[in-house]
Amino acid sequence: MLDRVVVVGAGVVGLSIARVLSALEGLEVVVVEKEADVGWGASKANTGIIHSGYDDDPVKYPNRARLAVKGNRLWTTWAEQLSIPVDWCGSLVLARSLEDRRVLRKLLARGIRNGVPALRILDGEEVRALEPMVSEDVVEALWSPTAGVLSPYEATVALAENCVENGVKILTETLVKGVRVKGGSVEGVETSRGFIGARWVVNAAGLYADEIARMAGVSDYTITPRRGEYLVFDKDAGPKPSRILFPSPTPVSKGVVVETTVAGNLMIGPNAVDLPRDAKEETYTTKEGLAYVWREASKLVKKLPGKREVIRVFSGLRPQPSGGDFIVRVLEEPEGFVEAAGMRSPGLAAAPAVALEILRLMRLNGLDHGFKKRWKAERRAGLRIMGLGWDMLEKTVPRNPSYGRVVCWCEGVTEGEVVDAIRRGAKTIDGVKFRTRAGMGRCQGAFCRLRIAAILARELGKPIWSITVKGTGSELGVGDVKSLLEGEDVAD
Amino acid sequence: MRTLPTRRVDLLVVGGGPAGLAAAARASELGVRRVVLVDERRWLGGILPQCIHPGFGFHRYGRDMTGCELAEKLIDRVSSLDVDVYTEAHTVRMGYESYLSKTAEVLTPRGAFRFRAKTVVYAAGARERTCFEAGIVGSRPAGVYTAGEVQEMMDVWGILPGREAVVAGSGDVGLIVARRLTLEGVKVKAVVELMPYPGGLLRNVVQCLEDYQIPLLLSHVVLAVEGSKRVESVLVAEVDENLRAREETVKRIPCDLLVIAVGLIPRVELLAGAGAMIDPKTGGPVVNEFLETSLPGVFAAGNALVINDLVEHAMEQGELAAESAYRFIEDGGFRSASWKRVRVGDGLRFVVPQLLAGFRDVKLYLRASSPSENTRLLIPELEKSVRLRSVRPAEMITLTLKAEDVLKAERLTIKLV
Repeated sequence: MLDRVVVVGAGVVGLSIARVLSALEGLEVVVVEKEADVGWGASKANTGIIHSGYDDDPVKYPNRARLAVKGNRLWTTWAEQLSIPVDWCGSLVLARSLEDRRVLRKLLARGIRNGVPALRILDGEEVRALEPMVSEDVVEALWSPTAGVLSPYEATVALAENCVENGVKILTETLVKGVRVKGGSVEGVETSRGFIGARWVVNAAGLYADEIARMAGVSDYTITPRRGEYLVFDKDAGPKPSRILFPSPTPVSKGVVVETTVAGNLMIGPNAVDLPRDAKEETYTTKEGLAYVWREASKLVKKLPGKREVIRVFSGLRPQPSGGDFIVRVLEEPEGFVEAAGMRSPGLAAAPAVALEILRLMRLNGLDHGFKKRWKAERRAGLRIMGLGWDMLEKTVPRNPSYGRVVCWCEGVTEGEVVDAIRRGAKTIDGVKFRTRAGMGRCQGAFCRLRIAAILARELGKPIWSITVKGTGSELGVGDVKSLLEGEDVAD
Repeated sequence: MRTLPTRRVDLLVVGGGPAGLAAAARASELGVRRVVLVDERRWLGGILPQCIHPGFGFHRYGRDMTGCELAEKLIDRVSSLDVDVYTEAHTVRMGYESYLSKTAEVLTPRGAFRFRAKTVVYAAGARERTCFEAGIVGSRPAGVYTAGEVQEMMDVWGILPGREAVVAGSGDVGLIVARRLTLEGVKVKAVVELMPYPGGLLRNVVQCLEDYQIPLLLSHVVLAVEGSKRVESVLVAEVDENLRAREETVKRIPCDLLVIAVGLIPRVELLAGAGAMIDPKTGGPVVNEFLETSLPGVFAAGNALVINDLVEHAMEQGELAAESAYRFIEDGGFRSASWKRVRVGDGLRFVVPQLLAGFRDVKLYLRASSPSENTRLLIPELEKSVRLRSVRPAEMITLTLKAEDVLKAERLTIKLV
């Protein structure tokens, strides 16, 4: 038997697990991912909130309740180690009615039971003193100082880079087609790139976790996609809240949130629309969904910026497990099959705690590797030119002029940053975007997409038309414009 | 913390498109000494170099040129003069320090500088509205590009962007791109226009669509994009009088390319950041008859001032801004006056300049709200009336007012009747 673990799914959960396992001596960790980059499933499109952990009923959903609180605390360390920008801004759950006030008290009681620190109920005046933009209808709020926001795709990239530094292999554009089980034990996974033998298979396949489980003969749950749509405003549009604003939750969802992203954009969303089980790629936006988000967000604040200030709308799918709770377990049958599935909200908050829990369970089930003497906890983020002072610029630019060549005008991203992102693993235009923010500004890439593609083409040695936005099948163009010089590379 | 190396200049031109180039050249010709032009791109000319089609410069030079040819002409003119040009120079921030000092922090591959300028001509151009701003929903695959981007793709980088296209918007850029795609063998299945009339110049409707039998769907809207990795189809519907989609008319058009040509927005972030007043009607700054913004000595020209239909308008604005900058430097600014705000009446979307005092004859740029025949442009306070055979929102209306007329009017209103 190989001492290898295959993690299926390079999302925030899969990579958190890989990171934790990469600390073990003598264990080879391989992550397989069907997309062209890490974090492109549920991890990419969500609120980016590190919930503090008062939401979940510890009786009905023990894993959610326990792991969110623990994960929130772990993120304070992980974010620092991995240089992930976080804003520990805290959150307010706003009450606008008597019924809402009852909900706040329930949340407070639950928070106390779950071990969430520093919760407090504020009256309407206190709320508006903290957040003047909050609607006059708001009578009370639950103040939770330990909540935070980060960029979920930056976090995923940071985890991936740290994993790679610690010897983890991440195979992208690798689709799992089967889980090989023999004599009641897993032997590995069949993929689009061939068989990978492994003693352990960790199922962190997000929306597809139920399908991976079935491949291993496990069929006691299903995952359905729950779609959430979002609107992102121009950086200059405001007012923006300093804290995360939640409505009082309903049984289905935490509701439409008003927040300021770590990058400084006002963002509202999501709604919650349950899709059929097979609709796992349907991340489209709808007029009705966006209108709903707008209406609900308008109830929380005095005034939203004009609709003209919206620079992007998007939707994401959260994996909703049939039982409601996170599925975090090591199975007896087949032996070696491990699951971190059903990572609906607060999956992002819980991810580091899920990873440690998986390690604990694997150890109980025979994983007996000791810790490495040399394991790199830290990951260094790339340079962000616009975040540097002019004195730092004076040192950086003469040494490497590409750090003085701005390619994304809206977000102020330089060629040097793009090249760095490519050297760190970006192979696509979206890969560059999620690492550098190039293309995330008000022009949405119309000014920079081609220059980014040209840099990718140069660095990867490919014709520019074949550079993809998001992996095979999403090439920028269909070929070269007709050319008299047949066969010559006109893209250069 | 160390401060930036600072360079003192008389005129800083931000933007090297037709307006900026014309401004830099004119200022230098007038004898303004230290003229600096900064532009973000590697080459000058703004979007002209990606316009390989003709239709440029006729009104000015009596010869129909391609965008590339006109760019070359403008660049040659600047090169022959004493203008200090910085390309790949990104202006990070602009600031207003004092009446005679404005700053711009600029990042270039050669390092970062601060310019301290007596005057600034701001000609940073426009950006294109995106599919999100057009309210198009659905998925977000590859193959959704703005019209300018498609132009740059084909004519600068040599990329064929798709095989079957739908163009959203019938402004000039959309029309020209529809033709350009057709010439390259791309099947343009439809140009979709929200309004009941085309958005671009009539000559372009004829030369770009009719000559190539490209269908123009008026009173239609692109609702949604479908496709996972690459565009597979778009949903299009007819709209009612309130421009709302009629659900029963929704149809699916299979294609692998959606070109977004739904208008331009002046790029005014730097100006607004420095404190200039912005006109919500134009999206550009509020200016007076010297094209001076609310920041003294900061002038605006080209599409950053107002979205122009003709390159000549952008160029003449650049030259006027340069002449104003010259006067500002020579005289230490302009005399105080009681500025009259031109009020926009019925039938018009906007007027530029917005503030008049009567120091000089002034050319007004106006845009009609809707197309109409046999109308009159009216300034009741001046008892001035100009007959117009036909007006169309796509075509800028211009009108020159005499300084003495402006001087004697108490107030000024302009409308179409």
